[in-house]
Amino acid sequence: MSRLSVPKTYKLAIGGAFPRSESGRTYVVTSPAGEFLANASLASRKDARDAVVAARSAQAKWAGATAYNRGQVLYRIAELLEGRRAQFVDEIVQSEGVTAAVAGAQVDATIDLWVWYAGWADKYAQVAGNGNPVSGPYFNLSVPDATGVVAAIAPQDRTGVSLLGLAAVVAPIVLSGNTVVVVANEAAPLSAISLAEVLATSDVPGGVVNVLTGSPAELAPWLASHADVNALDLAGAGSIADGAWVDLQITAAETLKRVLPPVEGAPAPSLERITAFVETKTVWHTKAML
Amino acid sequence: MSFLEYAPAPESTAILNLRDSYGLFIDGEFVDGHGAAFATISPSTEKRIAEVACADASDVDRAVAAARRAYDRTWSRMSGADRGKYLFRIARLIQERARELAVAESLDNGKPIKETRDVDIPLVAAWFFYYAGWADKLEYAGLGSSPRALGVAAQVIPWNFPLLMLAWKIAPALAAGNTVVLKPAETTPLTALLFAEICQQADLPAGVVNIITGAGETGRALVSHDDVNKVAFTGSTPVGREIARAVAGTGKKLTLELGGKGANIVFDDAAMDQAVEGIVSGIFFNQGHVCCAGSRLLVQENVHDELVDRLKTRLSTLRLGDPLDKNTDIGAINSREQLDRIRALSDIGEQEGAERWSPACEIPSNGFWFAPTIFTNVSTSHRIARDEIFGPVLSVLTFRTPEEAVAKANNTPYGLSAGIWTEKASRMLALADRLRAGVVWANTFNKFDPASPFGGYKESGYGREGGRHGLAAYLEASGWQAPIESSPASPRSGRKARKAVAK
Amino acid sequence: MTIDHPVALAPADRAVRLLGGDLTEKALRLHLDGLTGVDAVGLEARAANLATRSIKTSSKAWALDTIISTCDLTTLEGADTPGKVRSLVAKAVMPDPSDPSCPRVAAVCVYGDMVPYAVEALGALHGDPDHGLVSVAAVATAFPSGRASLDIKIADTREAVAAGADEIDMVIDRGAFLSGRYGLVFDQIVAVKEACRRVDGSFAHLKVILETGELQTYDNVRRASWLAILAGADFIKTSTGKVSPAATLPVTLLMLEVIRDWNRLTGERIGMKPAGGIRSSKDAVRYLVTVAETVGEEWLVPHLWRFGASSLVNDVLLQRQKMTTGHYSGPDYVTVD
Repeated sequence: MSRLSVPKTYKLAIGGAFPRSESGRTYVVTSPAGEFLANASLASRKDARDAVVAARSAQAKWAGATAYNRGQVLYRIAELLEGRRAQFVDEIVQSEGVTAAVAGAQVDATIDLWVWYAGWADKYAQVAGNGNPVSGPYFNLSVPDATGVVAAIAPQDRTGVSLLGLAAVVAPIVLSGNTVVVVANEAAPLSAISLAEVLATSDVPGGVVNVLTGSPAELAPWLASHADVNALDLAGAGSIADGAWVDLQITAAETLKRVLPPVEGAPAPSLERITAFVETKTVWHTKAML
Repeated sequence: MSFLEYAPAPESTAILNLRDSYGLFIDGEFVDGHGAAFATISPSTEKRIAEVACADASDVDRAVAAARRAYDRTWSRMSGADRGKYLFRIARLIQERARELAVAESLDNGKPIKETRDVDIPLVAAWFFYYAGWADKLEYAGLGSSPRALGVAAQVIPWNFPLLMLAWKIAPALAAGNTVVLKPAETTPLTALLFAEICQQADLPAGVVNIITGAGETGRALVSHDDVNKVAFTGSTPVGREIARAVAGTGKKLTLELGGKGANIVFDDAAMDQAVEGIVSGIFFNQGHVCCAGSRLLVQENVHDELVDRLKTRLSTLRLGDPLDKNTDIGAINSREQLDRIRALSDIGEQEGAERWSPACEIPSNGFWFAPTIFTNVSTSHRIARDEIFGPVLSVLTFRTPEEAVAKANNTPYGLSAGIWTEKASRMLALADRLRAGVVWANTFNKFDPASPFGGYKESGYGREGGRHGLAAYLEASGWQAPIESSPASPRSGRKARKAVAK
Repeated sequence: MTIDHPVALAPADRAVRLLGGDLTEKALRLHLDGLTGVDAVGLEARAANLATRSIKTSSKAWALDTIISTCDLTTLEGADTPGKVRSLVAKAVMPDPSDPSCPRVAAVCVYGDMVPYAVEALGALHGDPDHGLVSVAAVATAFPSGRASLDIKIADTREAVAAGADEIDMVIDRGAFLSGRYGLVFDQIVAVKEACRRVDGSFAHLKVILETGELQTYDNVRRASWLAILAGADFIKTSTGKVSPAATLPVTLLMLEVIRDWNRLTGERIGMKPAGGIRSSKDAVRYLVTVAETVGEEWLVPHLWRFGASSLVNDVLLQRQKMTTGHYSGPDYVTVD
């Protein structure tokens, strides 16, 4: 006699809490073969707004944490992912329709990616910043500083990226002290929500990573036009509709957001993804013995 | 007699050998433009200096084509060392012709000769010297082992530091291996045209630098030209926005240096006399035509009255008048249009209830002038505390605690500059961390150096000019690939996507 | 340094008015340590900026005459003799024998034992420089080091005043100042000021030399300036000329700022004397610009402004001759002393 399973409810992740969409809407998530997997929350523009508010209120404190601390928090995510590996493999198998081996490879890549980025937290500033030998009695130092609140569209491909793509977008954004509102893979959002649950039980402060499930086409314009969003990562926006991401970039120009254009697949880990969302701040101070 | 009046000490214009009219500098030669030529005038006298050609779309095409040819055939194939040598040559020629350039700049822009002579032109030479040395060292710029030039750069610069902004744009672009088409502001084309002559004297290969003159229409045609790989703009935030929209989806790399509303924060323990000097140079340097000007003075409430009093005393020694007089501190406003804007915003300041003060100073009858002005009793909600005035107008606000100072300083859509005046180093550093501004000057203000990156947060634009960071604006990184496996990522074609949504 | 028992300081009007009647070293220290700091880079940048003023034609002519008429023509050598002093006085009263329109200097500045010779040589021309006469200034208080007991310093001062010195240039005890004994420095200035009292009850003017080259930091210079003014200085003076660096433009600017602040506070005008190292007209003109733009050009009169110099006058004379004749002059056309 087999035991009756207890299905999981997948909700949004905003400000450290897991609310349903304020709109009450859900959408059906299926496997590639069409089998019902779950009812995911269909986030609305108001959920996006709430997520931006949560991200903003968490940003200063997160950026103010020591880089060592942010690095440890990110590493802790990798540890927890490792411990819940089976769950993620299972979700990827279901929602992407791939074999356990393929899904396992994606989970492993995701864990390694967190570890790689975690190590950057207290190093990227040394690579991206430097002292400047100005001609005069001044101490002059350029250091990178988080841009602020970043909105991101996770890669939307049907296979290979549902977990890895989200992590590859989120990790480089948050490690420098940004907070993020990320729209998960629309068709395969389950592992994204589970990842958010991992974050909530790790040491990531509420509001640092906010995950919305639903339609990028519906949510992205609101995020692109939101005046309190400082930057836009359009990694997965290429698939919204042919060329629609250009309109997002045009919208983003209104408040001079920094914009990263779409990529194919999950963005490869790189220092450039970190520095895309930092501002170089140069501080001058007078120097004198007298 | 009054000693302080100082007898006139005019810099001679005899050193200038200007032509009556200037063409466009395309492919190494001056050629006629197809737009309607216009006169550039001296803002201090409203007298005509020279006639300048106007580039229309066909001229922009020609200039971009010349830059493309020069890029493909010459500049991209030349060794970094040789590119560097050309830039060193240019730097030397600028030093040799420094006085002439200083006089031309003062004449055309209206800024005091003291500033063009001691600040603008020396920095121009320094900028070329600095980037000249980078040309054969790009692999050390932190952009991977083989960073690549972008191609043709379209550069549009403002009128506040005409030749210096040209140097900020052209020096790193050329060092990185790009060719350029640059458009100076329509009210200040003169020194860019003299720079074209310098390129000829340096024997710079034809087409590597092209200078086209004209107004907004010319600039629009240039930045939206299909065969341009890079757009760099310094100017107002509204125009920056327009350019960001025009460039969206094209894959052109874009850097923007836009407006600002810098906060100059003075604590009660500050070195007061030096703070007063910093406030003065922060907002009255270059008639306040400075994007990073300290246009908002945030002063700790317990020293407000004393500081304002000292500031007023100090302003009374500022000398406004002939830009070519070596003792002039405040020159002319660059254009009637800008003067009208400064007047309008100042009038709004008064209507909003702020208290307006200017020192007694004689305003010349011809030309465009605006006396240094301080507004006290300014609230954060006043327009003079929020809008960039781009003139010699200071808004004074107060704060009570460091926390309030940070909150007020950051309470603006801009994020270019900020100043901190305190003798307490720990507070200075903590404040510098919290200020959302690309340049923070502590116990100094309005200092520039080719080795020091400059640029803004938020609506003050993006990208940096100056230093190693300034090279990133003109290079494609060769990339760091993480040594771990993940699915390959490649950029989607932007331009194709753009066409799909053609409007 | 803690002060367990407040030590009462000698009464000095200004200090009592500013700090209260029961003047203690603690009160003095609290005041001096409470002064805001000086940013050296900003101060020097401001001085450099003032130095770029271009002084031409009529302004230059006025400036050159002002330099001469506010100059303390100085000889402070171990080898000084009555003859040398007489020669100095001759130069002081007629700096340019070829041009009677050339003004007289403000004072001759000599060691105390030379005062009688200077007074004698000046004769009827001895008097108030504000009225075109020449006064006699004497360095005192164990100049230049100041390393002597207070009694000696007082005797040194009294003797010079008795011999007819109109002005006393005293040195502060830099050792005491640097070790934080502000009260001691204060008391000594007050005592020397008292020693400047003549039999008729009037005072010889007191110039207090801070020896800024030994104080080194600008914060020290500012504190010492306040200290000297509070103790009763009529003038504050940069240097003895025996220590390098002597007068510099930034130090002079800083001291003028203190003078300006004292004036804002009390309405009282304190004099300023940079001394040592100012040798060219061009340099001296920069000082005049600094005075005019910091405290106001009304300070450019002998009772509020002096140059302490020995060779400066000759360079000014060469410039004057150039302005009068239109040709460059040469050192053989001005007198060696």
